Amino acid sequence: MTKVYLDNAASTPILPEVKEAMLPFLGEIYGNPQSLHDWGDTARMAVDEAREKVAGLIGAQAEEIIFTSGGTESNNLAVKGLALAQQTKGKHVVVSAIEHFSVLHSARTLEKWGFKVTEVPVDKYGVVNPADVKKAIKKDTVLVSIMHANGEIGTIEPIKEIAKITKELKIPFHTDAVAAAGTIPVNVGDLGVDALSLAGSQFYGPKGAGALWVRKGVRIIPLLDGGIQEGGRRGGTENVPGIIGLGKAAEIATAQMQSRIKKLTPLRDGLIKGMPAKIDHVVVTGHLTNRLPGHASFCVEFIEGEAMLMLLNSKGIAVSSGSACTSRALKASHVLIAIGLSHEIAQGSVLFTLGLETTKKDIDYVLETMPPIVDRLRQMSPLYDKFIKTGKGGK
Amino acid sequence: MPAYNEKVMDHFMNPRNVGEIKNADGVGEEGNPVCGDMMTFYIKVKDNKLDDVKFKTFGCGAAIAVSSMVSEMAKGMTLDEAMKLTPADVAGKLEGLPKNKLHCSNLGAQALHEAIKDYRNKQKAKAGGK
Repeated sequence: MTKVYLDNAASTPILPEVKEAMLPFLGEIYGNPQSLHDWGDTARMAVDEAREKVAGLIGAQAEEIIFTSGGTESNNLAVKGLALAQQTKGKHVVVSAIEHFSVLHSARTLEKWGFKVTEVPVDKYGVVNPADVKKAIKKDTVLVSIMHANGEIGTIEPIKEIAKITKELKIPFHTDAVAAAGTIPVNVGDLGVDALSLAGSQFYGPKGAGALWVRKGVRIIPLLDGGIQEGGRRGGTENVPGIIGLGKAAEIATAQMQSRIKKLTPLRDGLIKGMPAKIDHVVVTGHLTNRLPGHASFCVEFIEGEAMLMLLNSKGIAVSSGSACTSRALKASHVLIAIGLSHEIAQGSVLFTLGLETTKKDIDYVLETMPPIVDRLRQMSPLYDKFIKTGKGGK
Repeated sequence: MPAYNEKVMDHFMNPRNVGEIKNADGVGEEGNPVCGDMMTFYIKVKDNKLDDVKFKTFGCGAAIAVSSMVSEMAKGMTLDEAMKLTPADVAGKLEGLPKNKLHCSNLGAQALHEAIKDYRNKQKAKAGGK
């Protein structure tokens, strides 16, 4: 059967070169990077090299990189650690309504600790208006955290413009670049941010390996107390194989960035244009052009995402959905609600995230497989029935 | 894939009794406003028994499988029997549903009950009209 993996936002596959680079560190190279002998030196030198490569991906300095267990830890460390470090100055934090839960729920924890949080809204494309961020900032604001790109709707945020505001007001600005780093050019100097999260599983590196970049001179309180690893900002023996894999993936992403974008963008546009052309009542979610190169997301009206996902899977196609039914909590994606979609429309969420293995043939296969699946589910949908009979209920 | 067993998958992939009954004797609709699922049941009644049951469902795999199973179980039941059909009966007949999907099976039985109530109300109205 044809197999088409279009769920790269959930996890990219690991590149063979990345796996190869990691293997010795799952075998003969087992020293602790902190040890003062040859075994330790070998491991430490490899970790240092990986640190250079990760820094290179985002135009940073190696000593500014804190290795973490992935995007969630990076975001927790940034939001809690930066806010706590500044709490004598104030206890107010600004985030956007469409942040990943690792940012939103960290902000919620800060609230329990006595902080106040302001959620900045987004427009119907999921774009944060820098003027809204400016408005949300108060005298006692000690952190702004706005994501670089959204993994559910693909929209890229105006980080540079927001950084101009935070810089002027001297407020630390963190951006969750988990969906962006390794996928589109990200340069911390150019962006003007103070902290940035990234994760290996988003750009063909291993899971369980990520990083938080914190600009030199910006204080952060560690979440994991322990030894002096990561400059005392993250205790615990280094995940050496993961770090090596992350470094290798960063090196390759830096070299291939433009060719990847060139390859993915037309494939993505093939879906974004093809889907509404083949199926009536399909809404593209997120910004139409200012979006991640391999990201095509939709809401198909009158049907539900999990059912679509299961039928696509039965045809060999892997996708995700932000519908209530696909979430464990049975709640519609907060991102889809934040861009103004009704719960009913959000139920029809389906998300195709393309990768290096995706071909034009795959896109054609999806475009020919989707319409009968949608048709089949609509034939049993009472909402579609009503719409056809009364013309009511459509968007 | 969601943690659905073979029986649930079978009813999702090959749902029984999908559709609408023209001139149904009773129609029942039930929705879950939180997640947006919705089911409509159509019944045809003969000699106080469910002669035909059809449904339309907007919802996840479990919601579709539950509707299909309800329709299959209810066919041939007396109205009183069908009114006693519980979500647990349906989930049991499907050999279990994931815990967080159990609310879907509520909807199926409830929508059927609404259809029977609709039928009984119409009968009452007719009797009153005479």
